Amino acid sequence: MEELNLVQAVNRALARAMADDPSVVVLGEDVGRDGGVFRATDGLWTRFGDERVIDTPLAEAAIAGVAVGMAAQGLRPVAEIQFTGFIYPPIDQLVNHASRLRTRTRGRLACPMVLRAPCGGGIHAPEHHSESPEAMLAQIPGLRVVLPSSPARAYGLLLAAIRDPDPVVFLEPTRLYRALREPVDDNGEALPLDRCFVLREGKDITLVTWGATVVETLAAAELLAGEGIAAGVIDVATLHPLDQETIVAAVRRTGRCVIAHEAPLSGGWGAEIAARLAEHAFASLLAPIQRVAGYDTVMPLPRLEAHYLPSTQRIAAAARRAMGFA
Amino acid sequence: MTASGASLSRFIGPDGLAVAALPDFARDAAELVRLYRAMLLTRAFDEKAVALQRTGRLGTFAVSLGQEAVSVGVAAGMRAEDVFLPSFREQGGQLWRGVTPLELFLYWGGDERGSDFKGPRQDFPICIPVGSHPPHAVGVAMAFKLRREPRVAVCVLGDGATSKGDFAEAINMAGVWNAPAVFVVNNNRWAISVPLARQTAARSLAQKAVAAGIPGEQVDGNDVVAVRATVERAVERARGGGGPSLVEALTYRLGDHTTADDASRYRDDAEVSPHWAEEPVLRLRRHLTATGAWDRAREEQAIAAAAAAVNADADRYLATPAQPRETIFDFTYAAMPADLDAQRRAALGGA
Ligand SMILES: Cc1ncc(C[n+]2csc(CCOP(=O)(O)OP(=O)(O)O)c2C)c(N)n1
Ligand SMILES: [Mg+2]
Repeated sequence: MEELNLVQAVNRALARAMADDPSVVVLGEDVGRDGGVFRATDGLWTRFGDERVIDTPLAEAAIAGVAVGMAAQGLRPVAEIQFTGFIYPPIDQLVNHASRLRTRTRGRLACPMVLRAPCGGGIHAPEHHSESPEAMLAQIPGLRVVLPSSPARAYGLLLAAIRDPDPVVFLEPTRLYRALREPVDDNGEALPLDRCFVLREGKDITLVTWGATVVETLAAAELLAGEGIAAGVIDVATLHPLDQETIVAAVRRTGRCVIAHEAPLSGGWGAEIAARLAEHAFASLLAPIQRVAGYDTVMPLPRLEAHYLPSTQRIAAAARRAMGFA
Repeated sequence: MTASGASLSRFIGPDGLAVAALPDFARDAAELVRLYRAMLLTRAFDEKAVALQRTGRLGTFAVSLGQEAVSVGVAAGMRAEDVFLPSFREQGGQLWRGVTPLELFLYWGGDERGSDFKGPRQDFPICIPVGSHPPHAVGVAMAFKLRREPRVAVCVLGDGATSKGDFAEAINMAGVWNAPAVFVVNNNRWAISVPLARQTAARSLAQKAVAAGIPGEQVDGNDVVAVRATVERAVERARGGGGPSLVEALTYRLGDHTTADDASRYRDDAEVSPHWAEEPVLRLRRHLTATGAWDRAREEQAIAAAAAAVNADADRYLATPAQPRETIFDFTYAAMPADLDAQRRAALGGA
């Protein structure tokens, strides 16, 4: 099996989907000859031609809107927004059109599109290139929001997103694009779009996270293990619709939970998860749910971003706080 | 008239010879030398920025190699009290208006203090989300108009940015309101890997003004005299109540898109090399030399002076400690809300 990094896994999934299904088209800025600024679409233009791998003018709202039209016609567009910092004009298309075409037409028209965008901080990128807007996307009814944290999960989830009959926003953590490699079987097998991934079992506390923060959370679990605390780790890669069952079941067993994410604390997706736990695991909770998140501030520029991103130390400290409740 | 139907203004050709009677400012050799030195400073800044980036001491950076005449010429066509709204490749204009190399290094080095300009206090910070700033220029212009101030907002954007809805919306609104705003398209023929022909089917970008009902014209963007004269005329017309306009400056991106880009993936040397004969610094040097205002000794002295100015600020930049981490919070609101202050205190407590 080939060892791939996350961006290569995305590339393989795109190539596989295009080879399997002639209705899959890729569009976006610089996705063609250049192969995408992160090389996610590398080689696709040469292999599938410029009718299916389309370099667009610089116009994000129209990229998303064009994808809506294509999808309504039965194509499977995979549109790239170069960075999530530029996803805000497309949110109009997502809210007012993509996510509700099925509802508005009582199922007559559907919108099987995927909007891919790199997201998150930690790569010393310029201004507007490091934000994590998953919660504002996950709040849109009718839309799926997926944020993988490993090459194999990115591969299987992207295939699932492309095959899904509804619109999916697929966010890719830039910090993990080249951070790690793992064996990825390019077998065309999709992963379910509504299951969390249990990355580590642990009876004392449940650490819930997604995206690049999975790395710091796993490190925190390791640190805690050295202190005699068995921490489980759940990767909520499919943020919306949410796999409440897996999270609630785990916290019912441990009674303690830390939720960690890069996006700002208030109204972050961690707030939704905490509310679900309060509703469905209340009787099992032994400590208040702890959240470790970005602050309610503008994402700082690179020289200070490390102070903003949830660190292993902050996650471990939150877990110790939770363990401190008798 | 050019093939596009708009007239292209040019005073100095690629060989450095005047092709038309020069505007008044350009008959003053000292003024031409000032423009020339500003382009040299821009080039020196870009070179240093790339060197710092390559050695891990600066973030991703967008060089303006070959486009210095647009940036400098636009700023030279403005008055100090006007407001400049630059894209991310207009360091030449920013430097002309008094933004320091230190501030630019700080910004591109990932430090917000780089946008706290000590010189042009009302100029906008660099705009990274492409094409999202033309509406700001309309708003700035309408504030001037409301207060009866004879000032003009000048927005520079790229050819790629003209594909954004925000741009079309802004020039349309400026036209309706007769806003004192000038929009300059720095047409370097590329938007990362996308060449102009794949950006638009329009024969020129200047003609986008037609639909907005405002004047549009093309200028040779490698002729700093033409850029300055054209922008000055547009700015003074706007100042006098004559309304907004669009200027398309034709130049060429000689370098990679940014330090994160490798242009050899999508364009070859044969495409790029002819444009080196057109580039603006060489052109003005030829002109100055031909008119006896310049020689090798002055050239060497000027290059050394530009490098020294840039290097001194690079040293200051490298010696500038990072901001304390509480500054992540401190500028979010005018006054610190209690709710955010709680986060701030927790962060400082290490929790
Ligand atoms: C809204 C938006 N989309 C995409 C990007 C990524 N990006 C940065 S520069 C650029 C090309 C800009 O082309 P142009 O407007 O011609 O300016 P130039 O880079 O040539 O100066 C792109 C696509 C961005 N910064 N903002
Ligand atoms: Mg351009």
